[in-house]
Amino acid sequence: MTQTPPSSRGPATDGPLADSLLKFGRFLRPGEFSPDLRTVTLEGGRQGDVFYRDRWSHDKVVRSTHGVNCTGSCSWKVYVKDGIITWETQETDYPSVGPDSPEYEPRGCPRGAAFSWYTYSPTRVRYPYLRGVLLEHYRAAKARVGGDPVLAWEALVTDPVASRAYKRARGKGGLVRASWDETLEIVAAAHVHTIKAHGPDRVAGFSPIPAMSMVSHGVGARFINLIGGTMQSFYDWYADLPVASPQVFGDQTDVPESADWWNSTYLMMWGSNVPVTRTPDAHFMTEARYRGQKVITVSPDYADNTKFADEWLSPHPGTDAALAMAMGHVILSEFLVERRVPRFEHYLKTYSDAPYLVSLDEREASDGRRTYVPGKFVTAADLGGAEAAVDNAAFKTVLLGRDGSVVVPNGALGHRFGDADEGKWNLDLEGVDPQLSIRDGAAWGGEVAELELPRFDVAPEAGAEHEGGSGVVRRGVPVARVAGRLVTTVFDLLLAQYGVAREGLPGEWPTSYADASTPGTPGWQEEITGVPAEQAERIGREFADNAERSGGRSMILMGAGTNHWFHSDTIYRTFLALTTMTGCQGVNGGGWAHYVGQEKVRPVTGYSQYGTASDWSRPGRQMIGTAFWYLATDQWRYDGLPADQLASPLAEGLFAGRTTADCLVESAKRGWMPSFPTFDRNPLDLVDDARAAGKEPAEYVVDSLNDGSLRYACEDPDSPENFPRVLNVWRANILGSSGKGNEYFLKHLLGTDSSVRAAEAPPERRPESIDWHDDAPEGKLDLLVTADFRMTSTTLFSDVVLPAATWYEKHDLSSTDMHPFVHSFNPAIAPPWQTKTDFEIFHLIAKRFSEYARTHLGTRSDLVAAPLMHDTPDAMATPHGTVENDLPLVPGVTMPKLVVVERDYTAIADKLATLGPLAVKAGMVTKGIVFDPTPEVAELGRLNGVATAGAGAGQPLLDTDVKVCEAILALSGTTNGRLSVQGFRQLEKRTGQRIAQLAEDHEGGRIRFADVQARPVSVITSPEWSGSEHGGRRYTAFAINVEHLKPWHTLTGRQHFFLDHDWMRELGENLPIYRPPLDLARLFGDSPVVGSTAPSGDPAASGHAEVAVRYLTPHSKWSIHSEYQDNLFMLSLSRGGPTIWMSTQDAEKIGVRDNEWIESYNRNGVVVARAIVSHRMPEGTVYMYHAKDRTVDVPRTETSGQRGGIHNSLTRVLLKPSHLIGGYAQLAFAFNYLGPTGNQRDEVTVIRRRSQEVEY
Amino acid sequence: MKVMAQMSMVMNLDKCIGCHTCSVTCKQAWTNRSGVEYVWFNNVETRPGIGYPRRYEDQEKWGGGWVRTKSGRLKLRSGGRLKKLATIFSNPKLPEIHDYYEPWTYEYDMLLNAPAGEHTPVAKPKSLLTGEDMKISWSANWDDNLGGSAETMADDPILQHMSEHVASEYEQTYMFYLPRICEHCLNPSCVASCPSGAMYKRVEDGIVLVDQDQCRGWRMCVSGCPYKKVYFNHKTGKAEKCTLCYPRLEVGLPTVCSETCVGRLRYLGLVLYDADKVAEAASIEDEHALLDAQRSVFLDPHDPAVVQAAREAGIPEDWIDAAQRSPIHKLINEYKVALPLHPEYRTMPMVWYIPPLSPVVDVVASSGNDGEDAKTLFAAIAKLRIPLEYLAGLFTAGDTRPVEASLRKLAAMRSYMRGINLGEGKDERIADAVGMTGDTLEEMYRLLAIAKYEERY
Repeated sequence: MTQTPPSSRGPATDGPLADSLLKFGRFLRPGEFSPDLRTVTLEGGRQGDVFYRDRWSHDKVVRSTHGVNCTGSCSWKVYVKDGIITWETQETDYPSVGPDSPEYEPRGCPRGAAFSWYTYSPTRVRYPYLRGVLLEHYRAAKARVGGDPVLAWEALVTDPVASRAYKRARGKGGLVRASWDETLEIVAAAHVHTIKAHGPDRVAGFSPIPAMSMVSHGVGARFINLIGGTMQSFYDWYADLPVASPQVFGDQTDVPESADWWNSTYLMMWGSNVPVTRTPDAHFMTEARYRGQKVITVSPDYADNTKFADEWLSPHPGTDAALAMAMGHVILSEFLVERRVPRFEHYLKTYSDAPYLVSLDEREASDGRRTYVPGKFVTAADLGGAEAAVDNAAFKTVLLGRDGSVVVPNGALGHRFGDADEGKWNLDLEGVDPQLSIRDGAAWGGEVAELELPRFDVAPEAGAEHEGGSGVVRRGVPVARVAGRLVTTVFDLLLAQYGVAREGLPGEWPTSYADASTPGTPGWQEEITGVPAEQAERIGREFADNAERSGGRSMILMGAGTNHWFHSDTIYRTFLALTTMTGCQGVNGGGWAHYVGQEKVRPVTGYSQYGTASDWSRPGRQMIGTAFWYLATDQWRYDGLPADQLASPLAEGLFAGRTTADCLVESAKRGWMPSFPTFDRNPLDLVDDARAAGKEPAEYVVDSLNDGSLRYACEDPDSPENFPRVLNVWRANILGSSGKGNEYFLKHLLGTDSSVRAAEAPPERRPESIDWHDDAPEGKLDLLVTADFRMTSTTLFSDVVLPAATWYEKHDLSSTDMHPFVHSFNPAIAPPWQTKTDFEIFHLIAKRFSEYARTHLGTRSDLVAAPLMHDTPDAMATPHGTVENDLPLVPGVTMPKLVVVERDYTAIADKLATLGPLAVKAGMVTKGIVFDPTPEVAELGRLNGVATAGAGAGQPLLDTDVKVCEAILALSGTTNGRLSVQGFRQLEKRTGQRIAQLAEDHEGGRIRFADVQARPVSVITSPEWSGSEHGGRRYTAFAINVEHLKPWHTLTGRQHFFLDHDWMRELGENLPIYRPPLDLARLFGDSPVVGSTAPSGDPAASGHAEVAVRYLTPHSKWSIHSEYQDNLFMLSLSRGGPTIWMSTQDAEKIGVRDNEWIESYNRNGVVVARAIVSHRMPEGTVYMYHAKDRTVDVPRTETSGQRGGIHNSLTRVLLKPSHLIGGYAQLAFAFNYLGPTGNQRDEVTVIRRRSQEVEY
Repeated sequence: MKVMAQMSMVMNLDKCIGCHTCSVTCKQAWTNRSGVEYVWFNNVETRPGIGYPRRYEDQEKWGGGWVRTKSGRLKLRSGGRLKKLATIFSNPKLPEIHDYYEPWTYEYDMLLNAPAGEHTPVAKPKSLLTGEDMKISWSANWDDNLGGSAETMADDPILQHMSEHVASEYEQTYMFYLPRICEHCLNPSCVASCPSGAMYKRVEDGIVLVDQDQCRGWRMCVSGCPYKKVYFNHKTGKAEKCTLCYPRLEVGLPTVCSETCVGRLRYLGLVLYDADKVAEAASIEDEHALLDAQRSVFLDPHDPAVVQAAREAGIPEDWIDAAQRSPIHKLINEYKVALPLHPEYRTMPMVWYIPPLSPVVDVVASSGNDGEDAKTLFAAIAKLRIPLEYLAGLFTAGDTRPVEASLRKLAAMRSYMRGINLGEGKDERIADAVGMTGDTLEEMYRLLAIAKYEERY
């Protein structure tokens, strides 16, 4: 301690009097004062600090994660003190990415950091709950029937008064606590009765995203599959599936891990707000900038990620494809026509369909001129002679060599199956130098043809500039003649489509980049998007220039902002065209990076075997969720969207007079897409009926369909025998999150109050192939069972609420495509109160179910109608994609496959708990590769033990969650090197290429559950996926295709610019094209025009100013879907309830100020929220964060008098016919792989300021 | 020379994604208990914006920090200690709860327990202070992402002091995030404000703490802190504040906010400084000179004389070693990219910030030309969306030159590394243009971009 007083001249504080006071004071206080008495430092005597030290102390730290649909898959430390979970922080122990890259640590976001709040929160479901009205009626019915639960359920649901009573009560409180015993009894009885009376395909299961907790998902899916129920898809239903991916790549979605962003030198974030939606990965982007990466954001608002951009492009919502077309125009012009970048040229010839030949169909134009339209890919079958006589000739596509020779290169779909082509399914051009353009050919004589191509952007009227119309543009291509056909290449078609002029070609061509008169140019896009032409031009050029200089390291990171549109497939195809034409796909740091709802169950083979119960019976019933909900919730009754209004002006009338719902029925009947419930009869009874008639079941079904005595359920979804009856929801909140057309769910599926405001389609707009009942059913569903640990909009409306364990209370596995690791969930505490893990819940249900089945079901034969599948010879059911009518019904060719599956309903619990024999006997199939797990199954028997009795006697046990984790890891190539190598060897045989070295050094490698409990573990490269982690490299999609000449799973085996299915042509979508957002005002009479301030006529709106705006639902900063939106931490850091972001201009129009209550309403429903007014929003567009649930701070609305809706109360399902195509090459069904999307971005809503007095 | 050690932090705002993970993990660990519901030791605010508590930077209202008297002495802005004693029972410069926000919860139990009724049950908001129904009208982060900009943005004290008019128009939008904890100042005005002597700086690491036994709840520290990072626990009646997680630091762990920062933007480390020079540096007349003055207080931990003096001052060898390996000294004194928050408060704050880059303005982008040399792809600093003057208002008492210099170094690093990344060689001219060498740029790149765990803390 210094005793020197401060110098009166030197720096010091205050004045002398204060100093002397302080000098006195310092003797009262231990510690060291600064000489000027400014501050005091202190050593020792810190007993007062004990509080904080105590608070930090804890008894143990447990590794777990969050089973939430964000694809974060972050490993967390959960702290426990005195048996109570206190908080969580991120783990930092991921395997290293290498010395020259940032690491994955830490991974986690504020939502995850707030999770432990749920454990003891007042919204935790602690006990089983039942709707009181249901319970009373059930108990009364049970007494009446003498105590049999199944008969009691039957009595209840067939009593119109009782069933109406409990269905009307859904969502209106009155839940009562029940015992597990009685709850299980009711759930099991409902399942048994439904299967017996209506059929197993009337039981549905909904639980999304297995990757976020594979065992929890798998156990329920396995139960549903064992009983023959239908599992609903989610990726397409969420509109997260980019349909362009199967269209272009023949792959569901495969993308780079986030550490690969680091390798990119030019990154466009296009409709993907990375800091919010990929929070733990965002740092790779911010850090890559320091390595010289240029960053562009494309977003209509000043989104969070724009902060990191070098430039911000803000196109009008939904117009992104026009911007991408213009960039493509610049790239094609400067890098492939004015000069040809050798790398781009080689890439297009080897890895894309660009050099392949397309025939041109002659057509008489409206003015009588002879023109052409693109036809079909030329195949070996068209060549005649010996070439046409080979196996699968119609699926072997053709190109011209530089010397004019006609070549059928290896690697087409036709080479994929059959002994004759073994070793030929590869991308080796074997020395052929293809003509990219017909003009490249030595023999080209200058012959050209004028094409007609569709456009959908024309004739915008004043005030509707972004909504467009359709028309035709004429452009010429060079042509040749092959086998009597006039042909050109896909590349030539592409140049015509993008408006890239070349000398000597007829037609309408732009005169400059600025020329806005014809589609394709930067000037043209400026009129549509509002992005300056010069900026679009320069960014396009930079993107390609960077790709040239970096060897393909230009990346487009894309997300929901561009993917949730009705026409997202065409938007995405324009993006993918950019990454393919610049040779970026399959290159580390390059290509597409689609991040929205994508997931990656890295140990996919083991997971699928378990979840689909393929070890016991095949096939399962896997349904396209969008179609299921569209029919089940009767949204089809309001839709009536004429399919021909979506069609090309050059269409041939395939859709004339038909609605999109008719397309759905056609797709189901042709076996393109699955359809469950399938027939208007119980599929168990169908087999009995067939046998009684002395026929094979398949034959019986065909005959009955032909004579009209049997129909598809989708032809009459409102008839009681076709209702879905039981719905199981777990790990999901369909009524608070993903349920597009939420109010229709409430009205028709559940039969309770709703705010549906639309009128049903008038007679002239109704589907011709679906029966119309004048009285729409309300309350189709007999039982809604939801397991959750918190109260959601779904639990509020459920008949049974089961108390689930949280993610900190169970064992499970987690993986994602954002990183290459598998890691674990572990219980920090045992499930408290009466909560149980999903695993335990389904085992309990299965036991009770099997018990009741002894009396009521026994063993039955079930007829499963399975669709034509991708990655199988089914994909060759439709040569040339030509849709023919009046074909005879042939199961598996012109209609679904019909398969009889034996189901011993008394053995469901036994089978659920053991690994069945089919895994070994039939093998495990992933993407066409058959894995043989014989040694692994034997080993699992020793590791897990085998069942000693029952249906699974002698089979490995799967009776605990940890044993299932072991099984999943043992049965997947990514976690078991032996299986990976075995799969690669099979691929080597088929392709004739050497590939297995990617896994050979890991052949003895096994990842066990204990390994992933210790720390996250990197996976092994496996043929289950298209990229490679070999040697510690970063995963990027299609690296194996590019580096090892393995074909894509498409018609040509290459990436496709051109799609030649009849329906694609009908829609005008043969090639990448700009289609504007749907003009709802034109397509439906009941929607306003964006920007309109005309009164809506709503009575409650009288006297209030109103404005019609685009209604977008981007992902929230404060929740992951509806999860965390009710979390007090997240609410305290935001605005504490439902909000709608709007521009200052729109707020002014309706006289609303920030934080004032507003109502937002359209034909589909009503939302009440508070306004967030900000200048970062563009005029004419509002945002309501996705998945604002009904649970927190939602008043009643003035418009309906009901509780305000969720974000999806304003949306509804709209089907796009191109998503329904099946049975043809890459356009073939696989679960969550291809199917109609539940898109919701095209909707328009009206907003007004409401009374500021709100009632709850 | 009196060598002391200070635990300090640098946050690279250029990497901050505004996710608030730091806020949540801090809240969970330290303040999710009654009495401090409204307290966020760590908060993140969107700028432009008015912050938490509202307009805390308006020292004309709150009177936080120090001012320099004509005689060159430092005086607490809110008045000298005598005045403080005189007004100890009525402190008009204390933020009220509504300046933070009124904490609330919801009737969550109604979701499960609502009796059968006409409508879907809902959890309506309830004040955590009064238990009454309330309309939520302010939160810990109300103006996140420019929310409500039309109502509140103009009240941002920095904007109000700017000469250049910043319009709140869509085309000109910009924003960035500012995470804030206690500054653990070298010249803490909170400590000086405390009439009870309950606040102190720890000798060994400079962490500013409130002795919970000594605190008498006068709240002069709340007023005295210009950053409003001392809070009042209305249950215990005592002041509480960020402890820089000393229970973690003492066992070799980084602070919670640092380790959980998923943007990987926080650097933590010891710096050595000359305690004898603090008062002089804080009292320098020209506000623009405060930055260099504070830099000059820091000692080069590699200087043998400093090491010797540190040993003599009783600083242990491993602490000296830690100071030598600390990223803080590099970022503040060697690369000179980090800047203090509001040096004009004269508290010598010890949490520094690297300012953020931003997109070029529309007029540049739409011209068809990049802001700068097309080959480098990176725009001229003066044409970025975030006005230099705004950043200068935060970090350099309004002097735009240090901000520009810092941003130019970031841009130069990007250009230089791009050449290497594309295999097009090392262009020393880029480094030269910002007064650095290529090697130094590469070192800085490793620290800022690769940023391994052990190099951040």
